[in-house]
Amino acid sequence: MAKVVAKSLATFRRYQRTLARFWATSLTAELEYQANFLIELLSVGGNLAGSVFLLSLFFGHGRSLGGWSWNQALVVLGVYTLLDGLTSTVLQPNLSTIVTHVRTGTLDFVLLKPIDSQFWLSARTFSPWGLPGVVMGLGLMAVAAVRAGARPGPEALLQVAVLLIASAVILYSLWFVLAATSIWFVKVWNATEVLRSALVAGRYPVAAYPAGLRTFFTLVLPVAFLTTVPAEAILGTGSSQWLLASVVVAVVSLALSRWFWGFALRFYTSASS
Amino acid sequence: MSRSPLVHGLRVARALFTSQYALMLEYRAEIALWALSGVLPLIMLGVWNGSGAGADAGLSPLQLGRYFLAAFVVRQFTIVWVIQAFEEDNLQGRLSPYLLQPLPPLWRYLAAHLAEQVTRLPFVVVILALVALVLPGTLWWPSPLSFLLAVVATHLVFLLRFLIQSLITMACFWSERAAALERLQMIPYLFLSGLVAPLETFPEGMRALAFATPFPWMIWFPARLLSGGEVDVAAGFGALLAWIALLLPLTLLLWKAGIRRYSAMGA
Repeated sequence: MAKVVAKSLATFRRYQRTLARFWATSLTAELEYQANFLIELLSVGGNLAGSVFLLSLFFGHGRSLGGWSWNQALVVLGVYTLLDGLTSTVLQPNLSTIVTHVRTGTLDFVLLKPIDSQFWLSARTFSPWGLPGVVMGLGLMAVAAVRAGARPGPEALLQVAVLLIASAVILYSLWFVLAATSIWFVKVWNATEVLRSALVAGRYPVAAYPAGLRTFFTLVLPVAFLTTVPAEAILGTGSSQWLLASVVVAVVSLALSRWFWGFALRFYTSASS
Repeated sequence: MSRSPLVHGLRVARALFTSQYALMLEYRAEIALWALSGVLPLIMLGVWNGSGAGADAGLSPLQLGRYFLAAFVVRQFTIVWVIQAFEEDNLQGRLSPYLLQPLPPLWRYLAAHLAEQVTRLPFVVVILALVALVLPGTLWWPSPLSFLLAVVATHLVFLLRFLIQSLITMACFWSERAAALERLQMIPYLFLSGLVAPLETFPEGMRALAFATPFPWMIWFPARLLSGGEVDVAAGFGALLAWIALLLPLTLLLWKAGIRRYSAMGA
């Protein structure tokens, strides 16, 4: 037993070291293009200003959005901005290359490496240009939560952290499964565009949608778990059932993504010239 | 043997279009996904329907539904991707042979876009049919006149968007960051064009500001025409034509200057 623990600990350290090396090299490479920072800042800032303006159109005259007040809805927007930043930082730069690997046959080299191929494909690069989105998202969440009157204690903050990690895991699994289908359909990159456009729905609390769409965004495309459930935890209006459901969905989708990758690889026949 | 330039031009146009259409049909699965990725107005319809904000702006649920469906259709036929095609051609070294042909490459891109729109048409019809199943009564038959006007307006919008993006694409000759410029101009387009909110719901000052830009004429105006709402037809067409008249010479000028700067990239 002790042997197994020591071995998995060693594996964990190895992956940790590799990840640090991966991201340090990407960071060095990306910092060559510093003007990108200004562009990304403008882009994230502009998008956020536009989203806040759009949200403001739904309020006024004492209206609410599906029972959510202005500040509460801003918390949802903050969670969305945070997740969108994470997408630009890790998901998009990594998973967009799976298609290229399959098309050019370089996936062979990835599979030959003495490291888990899903890990390599999902964590190889890191783009610092998504970080302004992460920071602005966290900022908006905090400011809006305080203005909405939420005073989460340490236990609630822990819950929020767990739920945000669960959101990130669900988001990652969705992206990965979709990107992995490029093993069969090489030109699948557009499918992730479809996903990205549908996830925009997460800018609003799921209660703002009509019943049919609400069910769709909870059971089919789990937008509700991505932004609404963490926002409820921040505001202290969440319930333990949703917390549990969120964690279960996260664990199941991660396991599904691993199973799916193994399944997809069975159909991989490399690229022929 | 002398041929009239008009006949020659028509033959070139036909050859370009049919070859591009054949190419696009090969990519129909991809185009179906592109069509599907334009669902934003339909998602926004869901939010607007659940909010009282539309009614405060004088829009009934039916009007809102029709407006967003029309916005979805207008957006589908005004999507422009010159910059991606041009960057790819430039990077792959295909631009040089194109430049040797007695046909400015912009015509090739224009034909590719029109062919893509024809390929896209059946998918748009399918999506509309699905929406009609979910929201019965939302689909409508526009009057022949407003339909005709909306089609013309949509084509003008497409031309205007094509010009704007070509203008940004021309910046590729000078800077490697032209694509970033394109992403930045998409932000005001997204929020001010009427794709996510009808302009009627904007506060007074913001609406005045939006109408000073070309963006509301790109979605809101044709969508209003198509959905049968009241709209100042002359002002809309006037604005579209004025922006086109402004951008057309600018694009051609930059293209000529850019070609002189061009010195084939890579090997």
